[in-house]
Amino acid sequence: MTTNSANYIEPTTEELSEGVRLRRKKRAINFAIDVFLVVVSILMLLPLVFLVANAFKTPAEMLSWPPTIIPRDPTIANFSAVLGETPLLRWIGNSIAFAVMSTIAIVATSAIAGYIFGKFRFRTLNILFALFLATAIVPFEVYMIPLYFQAKSLGILNSVWGLLLGYLVMSFGIFLIRQNVIHSIPDELLEAARIDGAGEFWIFLHIVLPLLRGALGALAVLAFFQAWTAFAWPMIVATTRTSYTIEVGLALFQTGFTVDLGRLSAASATVLIPSILLFVILRRNFVQGVASTGLKE
Amino acid sequence: MLKRKRWIFAILAILPTLAIFAYVRLYPIVDTLRLSLFKWDILSKNKPFVGLANFRELMDDHLFLDALVNTTIIAFGVLVLTIPMALIIAALIFHRTRSRMAGFYETAIFIPHVVSLVPAAMAWKWIFDARLGPLNALLTFFGIPAQSWLFDPVLSVICIIVLCSWQALGYAVLIYIVGFKNLPVSLYEAAKLDGASGPQSFWYLSIPMLKPITLYVSVVTLVSGFNVYAQAFVLASDAQGAPGRQVRVLVLDMLENSFRNYRVGYAASEAVVLLVIVLALTLIQFSMLRERGKA
Repeated sequence: MTTNSANYIEPTTEELSEGVRLRRKKRAINFAIDVFLVVVSILMLLPLVFLVANAFKTPAEMLSWPPTIIPRDPTIANFSAVLGETPLLRWIGNSIAFAVMSTIAIVATSAIAGYIFGKFRFRTLNILFALFLATAIVPFEVYMIPLYFQAKSLGILNSVWGLLLGYLVMSFGIFLIRQNVIHSIPDELLEAARIDGAGEFWIFLHIVLPLLRGALGALAVLAFFQAWTAFAWPMIVATTRTSYTIEVGLALFQTGFTVDLGRLSAASATVLIPSILLFVILRRNFVQGVASTGLKE
Repeated sequence: MLKRKRWIFAILAILPTLAIFAYVRLYPIVDTLRLSLFKWDILSKNKPFVGLANFRELMDDHLFLDALVNTTIIAFGVLVLTIPMALIIAALIFHRTRSRMAGFYETAIFIPHVVSLVPAAMAWKWIFDARLGPLNALLTFFGIPAQSWLFDPVLSVICIIVLCSWQALGYAVLIYIVGFKNLPVSLYEAAKLDGASGPQSFWYLSIPMLKPITLYVSVVTLVSGFNVYAQAFVLASDAQGAPGRQVRVLVLDMLENSFRNYRVGYAASEAVVLLVIVLALTLIQFSMLRERGKA
């Protein structure tokens, strides 16, 4: 106590005002940064906001300048026109079926393979894992043409199964789960269960899977969005109007002769709004998953 | 004995995944390499081995070279636009981490990266539209003549770069923020004590320390740039979808050769070129990282 007060030197008024000045300056800088970031954020969102707004506009209002964000007399004519002209709901259904099935397949294969590669140290497995890793850098576009012929010979073109064929495994998913297994599941835990007489499969189901819940959730969100936004593969595999995914359907719909931007916007908004909502809800999972892609050792 | 049992379990458990992996990944990759050496046309019955003839033909194919040039310009254009912006934005968001707005910034900047490609591209198609688009309206407001953005071969490449950057930015920012969070705080405190200003420690500390992240994000951005397809398809195909007016990109050229001209072997050799580019980029990344590790 006494030493404290002995060392304590009363600040001069000059020093005090200097402190106030610095703090003010810092606050001003922070305010400027906030303004800048708000402007950037709004600019990033603006195209999507306009798209949704356009969906509710009459053709006349589409032409007006400056473009309005809240339509003056909102109409749902664009939506009913699109739903009448295209099997939009069917396409959305196809996309959902494809994305859900792909998510299940990727989560299942990644969980098992990630666990095995993470905890079972055998030479054969190390070689296999190196193989998985080596192919991870090959872009899908490189090998999709032979894969198309495989789907063709299986007779699953123009179906959800054909779409699924390209999205059954994800090298990055296996890698992500393996990292998680190594870091968050102690060997002692598994050994204890083995000593208690638990079978290997029981251990995986009742000990490993619950511990991986967070990582698997993040992976599931990544896998879902990956399939939901897939383009090149559905483009070549689904070529009949009823088998299109929403991405393909929209892309081909917009090349038509008689399509106006109001209807295109309506169709796009129908797809965008649910996926943005889903993203905002699952944001934490998603960010965790994507962020871990950058943390490859 | 116990070890043997565990080995059997491991192999049995990995087998289904391995089988799927071999069928949907390994086999088609090998097949791409094989097909690239054959004159493998859907329509003709005999499919002879032609060695490197496909690659030699590619060197004189002006459509392919056109696509290669466009794709390279797009990939590097996106890189040049995205990386500096992402670094600055991530630094500012990281600086404001404790403010209530940080979550909003991150989400807003990241949303373009997750929304479906085609609907998002549609928004930009409207922005760039020559007749209805706000961009031209804005330009004429400032007395600049309106441009036909999506029909001019140079301008439409720029439009694709803008669209791809808009989508790539969120990912780069996110990875950079993770990078900033992993930097040692003590270093910045030391710099501050030595009188370094915020911009100074950003320039002399953050940028050099984030170099591995910059390398990683650059390679990811370039690789996805080289695979660009949907963006070009939506933006640069006119109402009739006339191929002449499209901005040719590698994937588009490849799919056209395979499914419009039925020349699968030739398309496979294009795929191999794409693979070589991606491998080269990845190797450059690794060798630069290793160099850094030695220093």
